[in-house]
Amino acid sequence: MKVLIAKPGLDGHDRGAKVVVQALRDAGLEVVYTGLKRTPEEIVAEAVEEDVDVVGLSILSGAHVPLARRVLDGLRAQGADDVRVVVGGIVPPRDLDALRALGVSRVFPMGTPLAEIVKAFQGDLA
Amino acid sequence: MKDLRTHAGFPIKPVYGPDDLAGRDVERDVGRPGEYPFTRGIHAHMYRERLWTMRQYIGFGTPAETNARFKYLMAHGQDALNVAFDLPTQLGLDSDDPRADGEVGRVGMAIDTLADMEEAFAGIPLDRVSVSLTINGMAAPITAMYFAVADAQGAARERVVTTPQNDILKEFVARGTWIYPVRPSLRLVGDLIEYAARHYPRSNPVSVCGYHIREAGCTTAQEMAYGLAIAAAYIEMMVRRGMDVDAFAPRVSFNFTAWGKIFEEVAKFRAGRRLYARMLRERFGARDAKSWMFRTLIGGGGSAFVVQEPENNIVRGAYIALAAALSGAQTMALPTYDEAYTIPSAKAQLIALRTMQICAEESGAADTVDPLAGSYYVEALTNAMEDKITEELAAVERMGGIVDAIASGALQAEVARQAYRFEQALAAGEVPKVGVNCHVAEGAAEADPEVALYAFDPAVAETQVAKLARVRRERDDRTARAALRRLSDEARGTENLMPAIVEAVKAYATLGEINRAMKDVFGEHKEPIQW
Repeated sequence: MKVLIAKPGLDGHDRGAKVVVQALRDAGLEVVYTGLKRTPEEIVAEAVEEDVDVVGLSILSGAHVPLARRVLDGLRAQGADDVRVVVGGIVPPRDLDALRALGVSRVFPMGTPLAEIVKAFQGDLA
Repeated sequence: MKDLRTHAGFPIKPVYGPDDLAGRDVERDVGRPGEYPFTRGIHAHMYRERLWTMRQYIGFGTPAETNARFKYLMAHGQDALNVAFDLPTQLGLDSDDPRADGEVGRVGMAIDTLADMEEAFAGIPLDRVSVSLTINGMAAPITAMYFAVADAQGAARERVVTTPQNDILKEFVARGTWIYPVRPSLRLVGDLIEYAARHYPRSNPVSVCGYHIREAGCTTAQEMAYGLAIAAAYIEMMVRRGMDVDAFAPRVSFNFTAWGKIFEEVAKFRAGRRLYARMLRERFGARDAKSWMFRTLIGGGGSAFVVQEPENNIVRGAYIALAAALSGAQTMALPTYDEAYTIPSAKAQLIALRTMQICAEESGAADTVDPLAGSYYVEALTNAMEDKITEELAAVERMGGIVDAIASGALQAEVARQAYRFEQALAAGEVPKVGVNCHVAEGAAEADPEVALYAFDPAVAETQVAKLARVRRERDDRTARAALRRLSDEARGTENLMPAIVEAVKAYATLGEINRAMKDVFGEHKEPIQW
């Protein structure tokens, strides 16, 4: 499986994203990391170019709903609907349904154990 | 017996005694409070003469909303402000920039022009309240706006006390609000330090932050080492620009966290003060005792606060406050118990303020200076911490010095490695966390539905954009354009950019326009990704 871990929007907190990158690599996955402050359009382009199976969006600013929407719309517009999108970060429970309705496959809110994230990538996302 | 270690990595013995201090020159290394090397604190009587400043981090929505929250906390005894700006402001984007979509007024208040700054501080006397501005890449223009508001209020310049964070080096490592490449970014830091020293002598034009690097994952010793190395880089730059070290070093300040093991945190600050004093006196030749003093905000530590059973974070906050008090903080700030959920509620902020006040008034932690001095454990730990910090400083030198280590991304890679190691230690239970990996209650992993979530109001962006359009319409456009042209021209040269920035700000040029005028010349930073 190939994964793109991405930091959309302006949020500069990348500790979580970099920890997940290292954990997934240790679990044997191929992982590309975008670095900070990518636009949804840049992330879609990179996902298509790298031909990834999953895009993981890390967002701690609270702007997860509009950013996830733009990434999912962009993937569809590129005909890359088979790429699954997951979201991690500070996501309050009230937004979980909204993200799922957009087509986000999994959400890993603050406090999710690392092992659970790795397991999801090896399990239902694989 | 279980093997225990500090966050810095060295073992902790079950008992300490006189042997652990054998061969140390206590008079030289520990000394007296208020005297070189300030191990015991920078003032002779510390809190008996002046309590630490309480300064919660605040800002959200429009300048008017933030202004109301400022006044609410001041009415409850908070004596200073620490301003949070939204991400577009921190990155120099106007509220109507497409990249600002969804982010306006979200994690802090939105500032587009001087008109917003006037509104944010309306009715707050800037010659009496000290204000920290958590701003880095845009520190020069935002501080210029602040000075302009103070001037317009009629505040005497020597009474304006503001602390723009202005620590761009740590932004490249943690927090991420960099804009320009490393070198021109450093120039702006220096321009602000120089300008402030000359015109607003009581301002603290740089606040060096180990804090955010620790939040990004590094150890206690690395937090202090990287902070000291970054401070040294700024000081060296100013000296190379021709400033006398004593003309600005007394106004250099720091920002560190204290969320870990209490005695280790205290030892970190005692060792840090000693190392900083020696560095300033011996390496930089500073003669003014004020230049030797490591003045610091201690607090924060939101990464220590968890989703599970959020009220427990209030208790964690109380221990952070105690650690900060025992560490000799000049200023204190605490994260709020709803940190892992949301932008803080007014109630959560008040609890954090009350926590500091209880620590100050009731606990006795402020009764006498450096009460842990002479403890076999704390003195031994202070020495061990000093050695470890020195080792980490040497590791930075092996990466080519702090500026190159940051420009190449080597330091970022080390911090990310430490963050991963910490996460593994947490998962393995080596770092205990109540409610997370020990004493876990049934269903505790679920978020608490009773925490009131900040209701982000999309109308904030509309209000802000409308106001921005009005300011653009009403300003004298020719004056604004001329000021921006001057700024671009001077950015190509080497002179101090602050006067040009001040002129642009006063002409109501927008933050986005000011940023663009510089970006056209400086270019943009390209993040080194060692992954």
